[in-house]
Amino acid sequence: MIPPAFEYLQPNTIPEAIMLLQQHGEDAKILSGGQSLIPMMKLRIARPAYLIDINRISGLSYIKEEGAFLKIGGLTREAELEASQLIRSKYPILIDTAHVIADPQVRNLATVAGNLAHGDPANDHPATMLALGAQVVATGSGGERVIPIEEFFLSLFSTALQPDEILTEIRIPLAPPHSGGAYFKLERKVGDFATAAVAAQVTQDANGVVQKVGIGLTNVGPTPIKAKKAEDFLRGKKLDGASIRQAAQLAADEAQPSSDLRGPADYKKGLIKELAKRALSRAAQRAGT
Amino acid sequence: MAKKHLVSVKVNGREQEAVVEPRLLLVHFIRENLQLTGTHIGCDTSHCGACTVVLNGKTVKSCTMFAVQADGAEILTVEGLASAGGQLHALQEGFRAEHGLQCGFCTPGMLMSSYALLHNNPNPSEEEIRRGISGNLCRCTGYQNIVGAVQYAAAKMAKVQSKANVA
Repeated sequence: MIPPAFEYLQPNTIPEAIMLLQQHGEDAKILSGGQSLIPMMKLRIARPAYLIDINRISGLSYIKEEGAFLKIGGLTREAELEASQLIRSKYPILIDTAHVIADPQVRNLATVAGNLAHGDPANDHPATMLALGAQVVATGSGGERVIPIEEFFLSLFSTALQPDEILTEIRIPLAPPHSGGAYFKLERKVGDFATAAVAAQVTQDANGVVQKVGIGLTNVGPTPIKAKKAEDFLRGKKLDGASIRQAAQLAADEAQPSSDLRGPADYKKGLIKELAKRALSRAAQRAGT
Repeated sequence: MAKKHLVSVKVNGREQEAVVEPRLLLVHFIRENLQLTGTHIGCDTSHCGACTVVLNGKTVKSCTMFAVQADGAEILTVEGLASAGGQLHALQEGFRAEHGLQCGFCTPGMLMSSYALLHNNPNPSEEEIRRGISGNLCRCTGYQNIVGAVQYAAAKMAKVQSKANVA
């Protein structure tokens, strides 16, 4: 219940924060929402000697379309995503995702960027960002670098962020016309991690033939999974009952779930298949409107 | 020992200050430093919501924040709901009238989540109420009467508001 002692640092700018990360290296952790990190500290699973609170840094909280991207700032809270008119009208897959993350109190503090940077395959936004083909901007002592989301998740709790880097922005390509996406999650109760979940994003041409497709799987492996075989199968085809069923089976085959207290592995595979069917159907529906 | 920090907060309208270790959880600061024990600790894992307070207008789980993070903030706890003269908030009336509690342990958290819900959405549907309190667990009531209590309060607050609008 009570974390081990740590030093608390409150930089006012990103360069200050990066300097502190450089100074303290592996002994330091960034505190943004803290809704994953603090529970781990209370259980003493995480024991950073230095906590660098970035919540006082201004200019990191925004949701805007700029150039070719929807840009979400590193301190944007899940609740802000849910409340955004822009997101509700143009990116319902992000609303689907934010809605099933934890609960209202947690969503007031938890950040979208933190949901990615934490590196937990049970978090929800990773699969959605994989489906959307997003990029993340990492800011460190070497300046800014852009990391494609498919290269971001390395292993359990390990991402491509260097020890002196902060995830400062998420970039999502603006959806072309005839695009739609959806996120379907099964949880035992509100606030739980996913037993399994699927994100699907499609872009069709005027005849309904799939041009672009992204499918991401939550909590069925050591990292979030991009269902590449399912994606390859659907490209160039129309989305109908048969193609969706087959793609869903391919996605289930690509899942690598473990048996645990949320269910046996083969149950989770079956769940991925069903959720993929629903996510693809809803994505097709939204693309058609 | 880690360097201590000064935390200045306004709690239920009163300025409060203390010098604390960074690892002091906000819920412990509220309960032990400020002696406001209405905010409860119901779990070890940030699930139950019994520790919910309103911080700068938003509900947070005070067990999942450090007191040092709240420096400069305005906090409302359950003790701040009734008026200075002791008149119960419409929500507190509703929980009594609709039997929205049994043991009462989750109730402060339920009140604070409902307070924020009604502030943002004065006329919520039943589904919106259930979503609004979805971060608060109750082992006694089965939630039905809690929903009824919030509906009671929403109706009462709407009536008071329309009387105020006419006046």
